[in-house]
Amino acid sequence: MQDIIILEEVYKIYTMGEVEVAALNGVSLTIRKGEFVAIMGASGSGKSTLMNILGCLDSPTKGRYCLEGLEVSRFSKNELAEIRNKKLGFVFQSFNLLSRTTVVENIELPLIYSKRISKREVDNIYQIMQTLGLGGFQTHYPNQLSGGQQQRVAIARAIINNPALLLADEPTGNLDSATSADVMNVLCDLNHKIGITIVLVTHETDIARYARRVIVLKDGKVLSDTPSTIPLSQISCETTP
Amino acid sequence: MPALFKIALRAIMRNKLRSSLTILGIVIGVGAVIVMVSIGQGAKFFVEKQLESLGTNVLIIIPISTTHTATRGTTGTITLTVEDAIAIVKECSAVSHVSPGVRTTTQVVYGNMNWTTSVSGAGPDYQIIRNWPLESGRFITQQDVNIMAKVCVLGQTVVTNLFGTLDPVDKWVRVKNVPFKVIGVLITKGESPTGQDQDDVVLMPYTTVQRKIMGVTYIGIVLASSISAEARFEAIDQITSLLRQRHRLRPHEENDFTVISQVEFASTVIETSRTMTILLGSIASVSLFVGGIGIMNIMLVSTTERTREIGIRMAVGAREKDILFQFLTEATVLSSIGGVVGVIFGIAVSKLVSYSGGWPSLLSLPSIVVAFLFSNMVGIFFGYYPARKASRLNPIEALRYE
Repeated sequence: MQDIIILEEVYKIYTMGEVEVAALNGVSLTIRKGEFVAIMGASGSGKSTLMNILGCLDSPTKGRYCLEGLEVSRFSKNELAEIRNKKLGFVFQSFNLLSRTTVVENIELPLIYSKRISKREVDNIYQIMQTLGLGGFQTHYPNQLSGGQQQRVAIARAIINNPALLLADEPTGNLDSATSADVMNVLCDLNHKIGITIVLVTHETDIARYARRVIVLKDGKVLSDTPSTIPLSQISCETTP
Repeated sequence: MPALFKIALRAIMRNKLRSSLTILGIVIGVGAVIVMVSIGQGAKFFVEKQLESLGTNVLIIIPISTTHTATRGTTGTITLTVEDAIAIVKECSAVSHVSPGVRTTTQVVYGNMNWTTSVSGAGPDYQIIRNWPLESGRFITQQDVNIMAKVCVLGQTVVTNLFGTLDPVDKWVRVKNVPFKVIGVLITKGESPTGQDQDDVVLMPYTTVQRKIMGVTYIGIVLASSISAEARFEAIDQITSLLRQRHRLRPHEENDFTVISQVEFASTVIETSRTMTILLGSIASVSLFVGGIGIMNIMLVSTTERTREIGIRMAVGAREKDILFQFLTEATVLSSIGGVVGVIFGIAVSKLVSYSGGWPSLLSLPSIVVAFLFSNMVGIFFGYYPARKASRLNPIEALRYE
């Protein structure tokens, strides 16, 4: 399998007045295509910073980050924007949908910036909506949907451009446990059936169980990198129709 | 581009009251520019039309020096005579007609009506020089001048005030208890460039005014016309040297008369009205500028409110340029809507002003186009800073913004 993410000795150092704080203190890791990885850690462990760097929203102070063979740690702001558009999909804790903008228009947002709105893409939107159980909600507004439905819209938006990597930052943080399981099933379904690589940040062990590999961060360093003890994803995904 | 346009329109529609107030600022600005410029242009056009009615080749000779006024010992002698006038038309090749004149203000009576007006002496060529046709009757002839005939020709204002709707021709009016026969009525001439009512006049043979009314021998003014508009400078030179010679002025002595060309006089008025147009236009531009500040203000508020949206857009791949154009489009759409409405508003107000206030107004296409384009530029100019600020946001912080 191909290595989709290679991090080599990545540092992220913030200067606060005179003090330098290292949010990431030499992180090296490799993620292969099709993996489902959970990143865990206490608050302040650097998992959000790692997520921002993986998501090309931020650049490392030092070290190398290769995404699909491209050394994105050297990219300019504009090039990073293009990478986010073409190769990455984001799912956030707070959904981050545009309010007063319909479901379809939210989903097609990445297409606007890749200038790819064609008949084929529109068909693709409807197909994805069907797959994620959002059929019939095209002209609804986010505030007319339940939390779980809103997160599905966010997932649809994240995968519309066929990204190489899906980044989910506490995707269930704002959801109850039943809806959480529902959303997690959607994610591992995508991983299982389409083979999309997923990196999930969470602090809940239950949620991390859906992943097949768990990386634990502490003080900006990788504390442990182990296969998931009980690969919940296997079980639940196979039981989902 | 159409996508950007759609986003901009949606953002504008989202806050209808706020958008309309912002647009109103531009509407007033653009409208004011159009109204002010059209009034200024109208005034200029009006003056130019007046100038045509005056005649572009009319020269006025008056017995005063304009270069020197007080402190001259030999005052009291009135220097301009009928003989001067006759000599001018005889000897100056560039002059085609002259009409000696003398003027007084007095009361004219018809029946139990009376009206105080300007009684002007004129020669038979007056009508040709002033290019002023009659409505009815006949004009003063050389014969009338020779015999000091007690006849008069009335302007429209005098007719209205003395006769109402009656036909004044062949009626008798009294001036200083002397009866004068009305022989003709002039057509309406309207206001002079300086705003005087040219129709408020009674014309009589200049000899009649001199002897029967004023009891003087001098003349106060000579109206002359050059053979063409272009020849007026030559005519001025010829008249000046002729009069200097006739008045026996030595080379070091100043002229004791002044030759004025109506064109030069009127062009001063035109210049004044142009200055007024520029002044009014600049004042109006200030309100357009203020409208622009309104756009900037609202765009700053809008970008702050929509920080989260900007973060989301950046996360899904919007480049700095995309965000910049999004907000710039929004500002430009706002100002363009303001521009279109402002143009309509400006046209309507100009029409209203000229209709109700009697102000002439002239809508010129260039001023409308310029005002509209300027409103767009205002949108781009004042929208740029907020848009740039939005595009420079850090996506991580923008996404975290509450």
